[in-house]
This record gives sequence, C-alpha cells and structure tokens, in this order.
Amino acid sequence: MQPGVVIVGGGQAGLEAAAGLRTQGYDGTVTLICEEPHAPYQRPPLSKEFLTGKQEIDRVFLRALAYYEKQRIDLILDQRVTEINPGAKLVHLSGGGTVPYAQLILAVGARNRMLPAPGAENVLYLRSLDEAVTLKQRLAEARHGVAVIGGGFIGLEAAAAARMAGKPVTVIEAAPRLMSRAVPPVLSDFFLDLHRAHGSEVLLNTVAVEVRPDSVLLENGRRIAADLVVAGIGVIPNVELAQTAGLGVNDGIMVDEYMRTIDPAIFAIGDCADHPNVFAGGRARIESVQNAVDQAKCVARVIMGRPEPYRDVPWFWTDQFDVRFQMAGLSGAHDQFVLRGSIEARKFSVFYFKQGRLLAVDSVNRPGDHVTARKMLAAGTPLTTEQASDETVDLKRLAAAG
Amino acid sequence: MGTTVMENAVKNGIEGIVAECGGAMLCATCHVYVDPAFVDKLDPIGEEQDEMLGATAAERKPNSRLSCQIRMKPDLAGLIVRMPDRQY
Repeated sequence: MQPGVVIVGGGQAGLEAAAGLRTQGYDGTVTLICEEPHAPYQRPPLSKEFLTGKQEIDRVFLRALAYYEKQRIDLILDQRVTEINPGAKLVHLSGGGTVPYAQLILAVGARNRMLPAPGAENVLYLRSLDEAVTLKQRLAEARHGVAVIGGGFIGLEAAAAARMAGKPVTVIEAAPRLMSRAVPPVLSDFFLDLHRAHGSEVLLNTVAVEVRPDSVLLENGRRIAADLVVAGIGVIPNVELAQTAGLGVNDGIMVDEYMRTIDPAIFAIGDCADHPNVFAGGRARIESVQNAVDQAKCVARVIMGRPEPYRDVPWFWTDQFDVRFQMAGLSGAHDQFVLRGSIEARKFSVFYFKQGRLLAVDSVNRPGDHVTARKMLAAGTPLTTEQASDETVDLKRLAAAG
Repeated sequence: MGTTVMENAVKNGIEGIVAECGGAMLCATCHVYVDPAFVDKLDPIGEEQDEMLGATAAERKPNSRLSCQIRMKPDLAGLIVRMPDRQY
C-alpha cells in the first residue's frame, strides 16, 4: 500500500486533521498515532463539566469507535513515536514497528509543567483523561482542604469545581494577579472577586516551596492545610521529536502560515506549533481548541492542494462557577479598552482597541457579544470605541453589514 | 442523561453539523431546523441559546435550534432535523 498521511498525536488537532482529510476527499491511508490508551477526546470538559459532575466521562470522546473504521482512519493507541526518519520518510513506534508516510503531521501537543518543589509526588495535574478521572476521585475524598497552585485557567477551573463540591479551597498564585498571561487587570480583578465571593482564599504574589501529604508550605512560612494539591502552572510544548529530526524549533515547532515545517513533507499543528499569527502581530503558539481545529483544517487543505493561509480568529472560553468567560481575538497589544454592560451584574464585555482598531473582545456571560465579535474580527468590520460602549448600538447589525 | 443530537451526529461523522466548540453552546455551528411535528416536544429555548441562535450563519427560523441543546428522550424518537445551508 502507498504511504499516506501519518498524524502523530491523538489530541483534538490530530483527530480534526484526520477527519478534515476525509471530509475534503483524501483517499489515501490515514494513520493516527495516539500515545494514550484512549481514542481522541475533548480536553475542555475535563476541567469543566466532567470535574463539576455535569457530564460523564464517556461523553468526552470526539468520535464513536465505528467512525474510525467507516472513515478508514487507522488508530494506533498506546504507542509513542520515538523517532522520525525524514530521509526514509518513516516514523518509529515505541512498540518497535515503523510506519511510512508521504506526509507527516505533528500534532504532539504539550505536557504539564511540573512544580519545581520538594514533595512534587503529592501533586496532581489536569491535562489528560486519566489525570481528570484521578483528580475527580481525589476531590470527592478530600476532607481538609484543596490547594490549587497556579491561578490560570486550569487552576481556577479546578478551584471552582472544588468549591462547588463544598471543599475549603486555597489558590496560590506567584504573580500579582490571576490569569495574567491571558487577560488585563480589569478581568484579573473580576475573577479574584468571583473566587473570593464563593469562599475561596486566593493568595497572590505567593510561592509554594514544598508540598507535604497534608499541607503546602509557602515561602513566607505559612502552611496551608490540604489533603489534595493540584498544580496548573502551564505547559511545555513537545518539541523534542521535531528537534531530533532536525526541524526548526523555537517556542514550539516552527511552521509557516500553511503549517509547513522546513521539511516539505512534515507539518505541525495545535499546541506544539509556533506559527505566524496575524492576530498576534507576529509568531505565536496558542493552546486552544480553536487553534487545534482551525490549523487541522488548514493542513488538510494544504495536503489536498487547496492551500489557504491560516488566518482564523483566535477564541477561547472558560467556565468558573456561574460565569462563562469567552475571549475573541488577542488583546495583548491593546492601547485602549471600553466596557459594554455591567461588571456588578456579571454580564459585560471588554472591547480592546489598538490605534482605534478593534483587537479583541472578552465577554462575561454575554455569548451574543462573543459571536458577534468573532464575526467582526474575521471581517475587519470597523467599530469605534463609542459604538462598542453604547448598548443602544446593535452590534449584530454592524457585523452583518460587514 | 441522554446524549444530544449534536453529539450523535458529530461522533458518527454526519456532515453538516460542525459543533466546533464541542457542545459548550458558544459557537452556533450546530444549527438545525427541527421538523414542525417535533417542535412542541422540545424543551423551551433558554436565554443563552436564544442569544446564540441570533448569531447563526444561516437564517434563523421559528424551528431553529442548536442541536447541542436537543437532548434525546423517548418522545423525540424518530426526530427529524434538517441542516441549514451553512454553519459559518
């Protein structure tokens, strides 16, 4: 059989690449190599609906098993790719076999950054399905308290789930504010108030120096009682395979706007891909479902000979308590922002501008604003700060007019 | 807890329902038109779904729903939904 497309990594990017190839009519072999023993699944619900008990674990799978057979997608589970041989165009599997490829897609993702402190064996993480199942079990058993190290999205979602389960919760964040990589102070403050209002203790500018089975020791000498410690302190992109194969690596695996590495037969997509991003105004590596799905579609088009550069609007969401927070665009470079709605009512959006041009919109419990913002950002719809902050201006109509 | 129309469609590779958010009600790309015979058997449209239905790519009709919000239950047996011409 002729070598076809081999996809390394069974996360959402890898699955969507396989599905996208079939949807677009690719007729060759498609092989999807998954390191975990599970078929591809969604990560977002693991720290949201699954952890809070709203959804059973069997609902997280992205496709039914019959789908893979019907679509002739060869799933290889529970095996890692240990080496790429770009000269011979084949990959070596941890089980000893090799798989030849015509095109290779690296959707190898990222791994948890581990807490650099003594007692790290007492710490749980939340990225994989197995980790989520363990965490949920331990959460149910926790009696004395839950300590969450890291006040980013994953940490705060875990903290919210623990509070909703009635546990005493302490969030320990080293930075002066929450979610500082992703949002400006106005939203960090909002989420600080939200978690404190629900009874969590949130410690900023605070570093955990040791984790014990019953507590976390802080740099300032204080001990936080906790029989469950969760860390969400970021991820490290899995670049080693690409690096060893001689591909360009920086913050992630370097690709162009068509997801191509320097090897014309090898692509990289998703969390691991360091790519040019028009919304970032430069190169970026983005950890999100949107980025995984849209880059997967992009690479499928390229392989099918219908290339279009990757230009999709970044978007992201998190659920914490009764707050749904949605982000459209990338706000990092803004020089001005305006508010629409009411922070007190927990229903508002923040519109970010740079030199008068709309850059991004963050929405709290305003899903309509979010979807409209995505349309406006995709189309480059002109919007003034006055229009954005004026609730009598119908944004949907503006977006529809393009 | 029954599964949703969106889940059943996506997990089995039925094209026309995109559901890029995986059913979290934030993308409006699993829009369907529910056959009139079944509309009265559906749960009422919540505020959030109402807002999202206002943002669908294809025209919103009275029988428009997000298929991630249609949970299968016995009186929906034989349910017929039609796909809009586009989801983006």
